[in-house]
Amino acid sequence: MLLSPALAISAVLFTLGVAGVLLRRNAIVIFMCVELMLNAVNLTFVALAQSLGVGGQVFVFFVMAVAAAEAAVGLAIILAVYRHKQSVSLQNMNLLKDG
Amino acid sequence: MTGTTVDLIWLAPALALLGFVLNGALALLRPSAKTLVSVIGAGVLLAAFAVAIAVFTAFIGLPTAPEAPLVFRYWSWIPVGTLQVDFAFQVDQLSLVMLLVVTGVGSLIHLFSIGYMKEDPGYARYFAYLNLFVFFMLVLVLGASFPVMFVGWEGVGLCSYLLIGFWFNDAVNANAGRKAFIMNRIGDFGFMVAMFMIFWSTGSLDFDTVFAHAPTALAAGGTTITAITLLLFLGCTGKSAQIPLYTWLPDAMAGPTPVSALIHAATMVTAGVYLVARCNLLFALAPVSSAVVAGVGALTALFAATIALKQWDIKKVLAYSTISQLGYMFLAVGTGAISAGIFHLATHAFFKALLFLGSGSVIYAMHHAYHATHSHEDAQDMRNMGGLSRYMPWTTVLMWIATLAIAGIPVLSGFFSKDEILTAAFARGRIHPEWLVFWGFGLATALLTAFYMTRLILYTFYGPNRTGEQEQSHLHEAPWIMTGPLVVLGVLSAIGGILNVPALYHGGEWLHHWLEPVVHPGAALRPEAQLSSATEWMLVGIAVATAIIGMVGAWRLLRPQDLVPARSAPEERGFARVLRNKWYIDEIYDALFVRPLVWVSREVLWKQVDQRVIDGAAVNGAARGARALGWTNRWLQSGQVGTYVAIFVVGVLLVLWRAMS
Repeated sequence: MLLSPALAISAVLFTLGVAGVLLRRNAIVIFMCVELMLNAVNLTFVALAQSLGVGGQVFVFFVMAVAAAEAAVGLAIILAVYRHKQSVSLQNMNLLKDG
Repeated sequence: MTGTTVDLIWLAPALALLGFVLNGALALLRPSAKTLVSVIGAGVLLAAFAVAIAVFTAFIGLPTAPEAPLVFRYWSWIPVGTLQVDFAFQVDQLSLVMLLVVTGVGSLIHLFSIGYMKEDPGYARYFAYLNLFVFFMLVLVLGASFPVMFVGWEGVGLCSYLLIGFWFNDAVNANAGRKAFIMNRIGDFGFMVAMFMIFWSTGSLDFDTVFAHAPTALAAGGTTITAITLLLFLGCTGKSAQIPLYTWLPDAMAGPTPVSALIHAATMVTAGVYLVARCNLLFALAPVSSAVVAGVGALTALFAATIALKQWDIKKVLAYSTISQLGYMFLAVGTGAISAGIFHLATHAFFKALLFLGSGSVIYAMHHAYHATHSHEDAQDMRNMGGLSRYMPWTTVLMWIATLAIAGIPVLSGFFSKDEILTAAFARGRIHPEWLVFWGFGLATALLTAFYMTRLILYTFYGPNRTGEQEQSHLHEAPWIMTGPLVVLGVLSAIGGILNVPALYHGGEWLHHWLEPVVHPGAALRPEAQLSSATEWMLVGIAVATAIIGMVGAWRLLRPQDLVPARSAPEERGFARVLRNKWYIDEIYDALFVRPLVWVSREVLWKQVDQRVIDGAAVNGAARGARALGWTNRWLQSGQVGTYVAIFVVGVLLVLWRAMS
């Protein structure tokens, strides 16, 4: 696998993720975009591991483990919010603002 | 270490400290165990006195008489770079004399206290403080360096404060304690700065090193040595109650009478004299400072004696007398007659302790008489006494001995020591004429001393009794535990002069020769003045005549039968009123220092600096600033997570951009 196309793909995926997080309102979608960003980073790790050693590949497993944990917690939060507000739209989540 | 009993020197202060710990524990846990407290309190002192005697005999018995002090280093106390201070004691001729005086007179006063304080609810606390005082006093006189001595110096000040304010329920007593503490603090500042300067110029604080380096490191008569010695003397004026810091000592009479005898007459207040004697080499290098010491001493002696003429409180008379006699000692050590000063220190410890304990015996009787009739008269005012010789024959005789001794009547102890000081001052006057003035002051003081002491005796023990009709039947001699120590002190006051009978009377001058190794380095630097024996006889004649004139004058002039009890006595008029009010020195200090200081503290430091600058600008200003910062940035917090993420991304991009460029 060639290095630059892999990095290019991961850059595109990451930007898509960022754009999704910034632009979308649905919490589930935002959550998936975050996963997209994580996997873009994973792709970078794997690509660079070819030239820089096996450490990057090992790190991917860490990221996947954390992502799994994050998915469990994040989905649980979203579920709790939905039960409370009957909505998963970020626009309704503004309790941090005073008044 | 010498391998002899001298090595046991640490035992003396350790015993006193043990007494403090045990009595302190008893004071907290079981204050009613008075018998146990008495046994511990007086027992450790008697044991310390036994140790002192054992060390003294062993020191004499050393195969070669030590020229340099024997230093015992126990542990390294302050090892900082070039400053190396060990916790060390030193034994030499001077510290042994002080050791014997402190533990000997201290033991007698502890025994007296058993009777005097018997009824007091704070009995255990009293003995704990008294033992602690002796511990610190022994550290002071045994310390082998300035810092160790300073520990003792501060410690005795602390105990003095605690014991002056012993009956702290009365605000007057507590204030007297604070006054003593604050006045001493001014003096201690001088002591500390002197220590810094000594270290700065000689590179050490151990006595032996400092004195070995001083003659080469410091130019004789130079600014540095003069400043060092004057600052040391400032410390002495605080601790030993000399002009200008003497005003705390009369107020210190608020404490129990045995405390006045031990701390404020016999031992602690002589610490300044000891310091000058210990540093006699430094003072010999600074002739100006020596003259200041002698001058201040002579002036204080005369000044305090004038005030003593018109005091009615029996203890106040003795307090001013103490200040006056301390002035004599400073006159001696300033003149360079170190052994004469230490001699007077020892004899004064005997007769002044006797006078104070005698007055304590009188006050005890008066207090019991007034207590029996539930009267609230002043038990210390001489106008309420009179004719007590009929009720207290022992005390009367012993007070007479002490009075004759302090007045300088031959052959009692005070005669020899006072005469030696006056002779030394006169001899120095041959070289430096200003010493003739000091001698004149000393002679005038001798006259006044004889006068006011006779006045005290006359008003207290003779003439009609003014205590009251009912109270008279309750006046009686104190128990033997109190009169016993008085008798011992009486004997010492009478024969104490044998310590140092001058060559003029074919005496051995034992103390003079004994202190020779300590005094010699300084004495070699001072001008030597010899008097012919004819002149010396003349001086003795003048001094004795003065004392007799003072005593007879007082006996003829004063009329105890004209006195009325304190409550109905009229105010003095004219000059007597000035003396009665102590030359208004307290009022002058109050107007010059205390009130301006209080005003500055209240109006400037409190109301301006503290309230406006610190509270207003700094504390409240910081809070207001934080609130303003929050108020201006509150728009950032919209509550929209999307906005936060957007700002976060922008931030990350900025950081990346900074990191890459």
